[in-house]
Amino acid sequence: MMNTFWDLFLSATSQGLLWSLMAIGVYLTFRILDLADMTAEGSFPLGGAITTMCLINGVNPILATLAAFGGGMVAGLVTGILNTKLKIPALLAGIVTMTGLYSITSRVMLNAANVSLLGKATIFTMAQNLGLSHNNAVIVTGLIISLLVIGLLVIFFRTEIGLAMRATGDNPEMSAANGIKTQNMKIWGYMISNGCIALSGALLAQNNGFADLNSGVGTLVVGLASIIIAEVLIRNLAIGGRMLTLVIGAIVYRLILALVFQMNVEPSDAKLASALVLIVCLALPNFKLSRKNKGENKNVSSTEN
Amino acid sequence: MHIKKIIAGISLVSLLLLGGCSSNKTGKSATVKHVGVLQVVQHPSLDEAYKGFKEGLKDGGYVEGKNLKIDYQNAQNSQDNLKSMSDKLVNEKSDLVLGIATPAAQSLANTTQNIPIVVTAVTDLKAAKLVNSNEKPGKNVTGTTDMVSIDKQIKLLLSIVPKAKTIGIMYNAGEANSKIQADLAIAALKKAGVKVIVKTANTTNDVQQVTETLADKVQGIYVPTDNTFASAASLIGKVVKEKKIPLVAGATEQVKNGGLASIGIDYESLGRQTGKMAAKILSGKAKPQDMPVEKATNLKLVVNKKMAKALGIDPKSIKAPK
Repeated sequence: MMNTFWDLFLSATSQGLLWSLMAIGVYLTFRILDLADMTAEGSFPLGGAITTMCLINGVNPILATLAAFGGGMVAGLVTGILNTKLKIPALLAGIVTMTGLYSITSRVMLNAANVSLLGKATIFTMAQNLGLSHNNAVIVTGLIISLLVIGLLVIFFRTEIGLAMRATGDNPEMSAANGIKTQNMKIWGYMISNGCIALSGALLAQNNGFADLNSGVGTLVVGLASIIIAEVLIRNLAIGGRMLTLVIGAIVYRLILALVFQMNVEPSDAKLASALVLIVCLALPNFKLSRKNKGENKNVSSTEN
Repeated sequence: MHIKKIIAGISLVSLLLLGGCSSNKTGKSATVKHVGVLQVVQHPSLDEAYKGFKEGLKDGGYVEGKNLKIDYQNAQNSQDNLKSMSDKLVNEKSDLVLGIATPAAQSLANTTQNIPIVVTAVTDLKAAKLVNSNEKPGKNVTGTTDMVSIDKQIKLLLSIVPKAKTIGIMYNAGEANSKIQADLAIAALKKAGVKVIVKTANTTNDVQQVTETLADKVQGIYVPTDNTFASAASLIGKVVKEKKIPLVAGATEQVKNGGLASIGIDYESLGRQTGKMAAKILSGKAKPQDMPVEKATNLKLVVNKKMAKALGIDPKSIKAPK
């Protein structure tokens, strides 16, 4: 059993690291800008498609993975313009972009619904060529990329533009009154967020061995669940520490799901089991575990400015 | 301090873990074979294929509860679960794994290069890079393809509406298998000198509109073995009955629920074929590397008599093309 658990843990860790970028991306819109952005479920498969098509045409895996980030940023730009310039409510703007992206992703994959990467060089096989086992290659690469992204974001949020973006999320009226171009801040936030999400899609497509048009279904929940688990486990962190805990949140969520599969739940009940896990995670702050904890969930805020 | 919170989190995980322990008996005996099954989504055709697979294993002498243990995983259409489930089946040291439908097959093939993999309900194993070639796979993967003879399907449709000038094709562009079949159908129709109009829908919610638009413009409709359109078969049936348009579908289930005719695959017998292949591998008689990919041996003509009468066609006049 211990051995099985160790395998399970490694599998969850390797995938959780790749999903953590999804969590970071969702966190930027959901917590920093205080927007619900559905674009995620469209930019995720887009990232996978861009990278996969680059790889089968012999592009260097690192460049191919970076290209996905660019594609995600463009998707975020579209939602940002819809939301700020055209005044479409955030939730609808995201849904509109997500819907349109389905066709764009299909085009990127040359109208195929599924493109296979089996036997192609990926960012992970590059690491394997250095003598690592597959799982270790994924863990090392995932760790490097997620820490790199977190590092860059921490630096970014200390710059003037980064601070302005956080202020925009915290108090748009006050920020605007102080001369911050709040619309542009939101657009940048959407772009960076969806860049991270597309990057997550790119890494997971490489880890799964294929890109699929329908792989975005349910991914936003994965991101949200990771955020909530991270906030429940450790509350009130500064932004850098919070993003590090998102990685842990993503890993814990994958681990919980893996354990649910391990229990051999009836297949039709699997979704219900996942929902129950989420309810437990969401409700945990209400069990008076510490005296500081008097608020409801909405007070589980993550940034201390 | 967050200590209590962390303890709560850890105890939650360990509770789940205990649940995991109790249902997970390791300790393999040599006589019992472990087979892992990974299915993408609950769906009539795919469920039939799994049922048939178990029958096929029984034909080969492997009976669940006696000398066979099956671990069945269904991703419920959340593709993010496919990798976790593949890892689970591989880590359990299964003797063989079955992938039902393309993404499940690819996920397994990407997770293990050693454990034998059989797949079913995959239209084109070579295009999905699961095998080097259909005659000689060369990797640890083999199985059955649900590729039907598109030419036969189109011949069947044109024999029902010989005077047709335009034929419509509809499918979900998000399904890899449908796209492959639709392209072949377009080629076959063009070869027969018929104009083609193609319409796609991504969800069952759009099927009615697509069918209505198409039915107004064509004299016959062809639908490949498409999960989305098969799910909406009765809805499509209502529309084509009203507009008096003969519909030939790749999936026999779709015809039973609202098409006119199909010469297609019976997924249960396809699964059964796959189960027999798996039994050969389990007993050490063959290796996937050398087992050619098999096509469905049982093609059957299905005619929906009620639909035929509603369209004013004599059901006996519909015959399987040569």
